[in-house]
Amino acid sequence: MSESRLINATTLAEALAAVANGARPVAGGSDLVVGARQGKAPLPSQLVAIDRLGELKGIEWADDGLHIGAAITHAELESSVNVAARYSALADASALVGSPSTRNVGTLGGNVMNASPAMDTGAPLVVFGALVMLQSTVRARTVAVGELWEGPGRTSARADELCVGVFLPSRPAHSGSAYVRLEYRRAMEIAVVGAAAALTLDADGLVSELRVALTAVAPTIIEVSLDGVAGLSVADAARVAGEAASAQARPISDLRANDRYRRHCVGVMASRAVGAAARRAAGETISVPVNRALGIGAAR
Amino acid sequence: MILNVNGIDYPVQVEASRNLVSVLRGEVGLTGTKEGCDDCECGACMVLLDGQPVNSCSFLAAQAEGRTITTVEGLGDGNSLSLLQRTMLEEGGVQCGFCTPGMLMSATALLARNPHPSEEEIRIGLSGNLCRCTGYVGIVNAVMRTAAEQAGL
Repeated sequence: MSESRLINATTLAEALAAVANGARPVAGGSDLVVGARQGKAPLPSQLVAIDRLGELKGIEWADDGLHIGAAITHAELESSVNVAARYSALADASALVGSPSTRNVGTLGGNVMNASPAMDTGAPLVVFGALVMLQSTVRARTVAVGELWEGPGRTSARADELCVGVFLPSRPAHSGSAYVRLEYRRAMEIAVVGAAAALTLDADGLVSELRVALTAVAPTIIEVSLDGVAGLSVADAARVAGEAASAQARPISDLRANDRYRRHCVGVMASRAVGAAARRAAGETISVPVNRALGIGAAR
Repeated sequence: MILNVNGIDYPVQVEASRNLVSVLRGEVGLTGTKEGCDDCECGACMVLLDGQPVNSCSFLAAQAEGRTITTVEGLGDGNSLSLLQRTMLEEGGVQCGFCTPGMLMSATALLARNPHPSEEEIRIGLSGNLCRCTGYVGIVNAVMRTAAEQAGL
């Protein structure tokens, strides 16, 4: 292996300068280092560790939403009261990632920039309309999360840009969300398929707003195009969302499932996500993750 | 670079690409931590980093600089076992022993965070540690008994 160098960055400016000079950022290493050891891609020779940067470690309310630093771990997301209360689907997803030890090191920023179509946190970010904050030594910009991902492992970020955080716009009153996934085991699992729903109820308990996004049925996380769900009952909206999810999925066959099974199951998952989101929107407390609370996914 | 392992500072000079488990077993000379899958799946390499369980196979040693690392050698005092280590033996939680160091580190962190875990919480806490021998029952029992004994029950 060639001579390698790692800088433990102590300030964001130092990290951005290193990235501008060609260093690859590393936080928990659960994608980068594991991938290198599996032989998928050699470990970059110049690395900058960003996992201890205070600038990337906050979960803070802004005027119009929640700002989550890129180096916030899945363990921090699943135990954040603010995330669980307002952005439950993101907490559901974070609590399903890997195992406690991978959740201790894996970060939201790393997850977003790794751009896996099977990433659990991706569908929740899409239904919340998340903005990804990219920064370099010369510019800062935000990109809608759905426009960031271009394919498996590919993003529209430039080589000198570092993901510094994710912004989640505030949610209307009487809103709820959930993320569920099909899995064959309860830990160290990658989604066979998954679905997130974010939903708002009107005064009559009918659906006024609904967004649904899908995991592991396309080259990226995809949002389901939903027409005419406003004004439907929750049961009808769940059925419509499930049918639309199955119709719009473009799954592949691989060792986890064939395409027909994925297409069918993603509809089931989408319906269940809508149902759980509606129960939360109505004020019911369903513990995180929904998969465990409602017995979805692998049995013990 | 200096790695603080079990309260002792070890000066080591290693390539930035080296993973923590290889430096612990090689340069530091503590071979209690095992390398299993080298893929972040099995948990045999689990150590505590600032008290939190981390897979040391996929964690770069250079990123552990300035942090406290605890390995299985740090659990007992050199002469006697920790309560958890003793109950693991007595409850049949150890057979071939390869997963045991990682299991002990996960369970130690779990009990530090949550001194009275339910069986479900124990199973979630240990969900990143694979055991091919015991069927897990003895291990879960050992953690439950340790929690009870720590509480003076």
